[in-house]
Amino acid sequence: MDADRPPIEVKGLTMKYGPLVVMQDLTFQVRRGEVFVIMGGSGSGKSTLLKHLIGLKEPAEGVILFDGEDFGEADAKARKAILRRMGVLYQNGALWSGLTLEENVALPLEEYTSLDAEAIGEVVSLKLALVGLRGFEAFYPSEISGGMRKRAALARATAVDPEVLFFDEPSSGLDPITASRLDDLILQLRASFGTTIVVVSHDLASIFKIADRALFLDIEARTMTALGSPVELRENPPTEEVRRFLTRNSGGDPPVPDFDRMRVPLP
Amino acid sequence: MQVELRQQGDTLTAALTGDWESGDATPRFVRLLEDRAAGHALRTIDFDASGLGAWDSSLLTFLMQAMTYCETHDLEFRNESLPQDIARLLQLSRAVPEKKIDREEPEASPVARFGKKAVVAYEGFLATVAFTGEVVDGFTRLILRRVRVRWRDFWVVVQSNSSGALPIVTLIAFLMGVIISFLGAVVLRRFGAGYYVSYLVGYGMLREMGALMTGIIMAGRTGAGFAAELGSMKITEEIDAFKTLGISPIDHLVLPRMLGLFVMMPLLTIYADFIGIIGGAIVALAFLDITVTQFITGLLTAVTLGDGLLGLFKGTVFGLIIGLAGCVKGMQAGSDAGAVGRAATSAVVMGITLIIAANAVIDWLAVLLEV
Repeated sequence: MDADRPPIEVKGLTMKYGPLVVMQDLTFQVRRGEVFVIMGGSGSGKSTLLKHLIGLKEPAEGVILFDGEDFGEADAKARKAILRRMGVLYQNGALWSGLTLEENVALPLEEYTSLDAEAIGEVVSLKLALVGLRGFEAFYPSEISGGMRKRAALARATAVDPEVLFFDEPSSGLDPITASRLDDLILQLRASFGTTIVVVSHDLASIFKIADRALFLDIEARTMTALGSPVELRENPPTEEVRRFLTRNSGGDPPVPDFDRMRVPLP
Repeated sequence: MQVELRQQGDTLTAALTGDWESGDATPRFVRLLEDRAAGHALRTIDFDASGLGAWDSSLLTFLMQAMTYCETHDLEFRNESLPQDIARLLQLSRAVPEKKIDREEPEASPVARFGKKAVVAYEGFLATVAFTGEVVDGFTRLILRRVRVRWRDFWVVVQSNSSGALPIVTLIAFLMGVIISFLGAVVLRRFGAGYYVSYLVGYGMLREMGALMTGIIMAGRTGAGFAAELGSMKITEEIDAFKTLGISPIDHLVLPRMLGLFVMMPLLTIYADFIGIIGGAIVALAFLDITVTQFITGLLTAVTLGDGLLGLFKGTVFGLIIGLAGCVKGMQAGSDAGAVGRAATSAVVMGITLIIAANAVIDWLAVLLEV
């Protein structure tokens, strides 16, 4: 691991849904140890970009480098080595419903380490305790609340101490207080482990709280139109769209909501 | 809810009175216009809401009709006399111009449609072949002991396909034996060859029906179950979670399920054979002039070990087919609730079709090899 090399580098990425181009010409780097937020309106391709970054989707054009290695080119073994170094928190947790919380967190450890059952058990207890779920080891995901599920998923995502953590809409479906606690947890992780964190979000409160830098995906322009600290972007917005997004101004005359800003792109 | 139309010069005033609530029949604006006595040509439509009571969307739909009528007939629609809330809602409904979104694809020629379907089918076929390859690869690694299989999933499958499946297998296999025996009784008795009914039941159950019926039951029961289970896991991103942790969903989800069926199908086939023969025997003893000893002797002279092994082989193959069809359809499922249903349906269709096709091929090979 080269400390100067950006953990994630995206060059000229084009994303497509079938024949439809969602976003094009995306070029950016995520710096080591920062909280990097991908923001944009609904349907702008934030989650799709995340899927590209974690290797679930292949770029239509361009390359994504993970610590200098091309994901698409890597063979099975190299891919697994890369995946070992990243953790993902899915929108609804995506805990394996057939396994208890303990087994959920233990599975990555069994897969990647040669620890014995007792040692794994200790790590699992620690990870669950860190997200405030001590005593819930034997519960199944369906038996706990949505917020707890996200925290358990965070315990699973951090089980093997990844270098980069990805969050897909961490605050969606959570009340403001729980969402804010999750943000605290994200900042704590970064402070303690120096983890690089990539967050997909459209929650302004959360963006301003956690982001070092933020990338704005513009639905209309079909590309990124801003990259920088959210506070600076709000002070000096490069485009009208960014200003509207960061100041929560829908743009139309007050009594009439601007439906155009809500629509999803059609081919 | 009532509307009264009053005309003064070229202005029509609609007086709205009473409570307007959804559920009661709403008057149609155009109908009211038609019903009024013919008079002056209209230029303006106005409202009188002084007698209006409680109102909800039913009033709005009525006013929308009036507004649309005004737009199409070039009349002035006066909303000043309506309560402000209503006027604002009407204004809101016209805030964005109507978008003509053409979602229908242009009508394609039959040839183009056929071509498109063929391409989709071909791509589906390729995906299935690729998936089968991955499963074979998984099995190879399993034999080389390079995979850690979740044995718990395996045991769950074994359990649900043993004690869980026995009642239905018992019922169907028993009735199958009964049917074969009846068929034999009717046909063979004509030739005075009722004694040979045990041949028929033995051959029929061991070589064909035992494995085939068990396969069809399991395709409907377990194959659909696999597809629905994996399809749901796809929707909740659980499969993605495996992938991004570098854990192969094939090793972890597909192999234990297929192994479970691989082990259980031959056992269920033996059981179905046995139950079927008992069913056949009962009919033979009841309707034909045969004793238990005669039936058993007939069975033993007719049936060879090869017949039983052929059935067992079929059962094993069917087990793999069902597991593969269920898993492939589940893993290929789309991401809405309907997709899970479609995945389960197509898993059953694919499973049963392939089972019957495989049955024909195996029978043909058996004849060639004189088994």
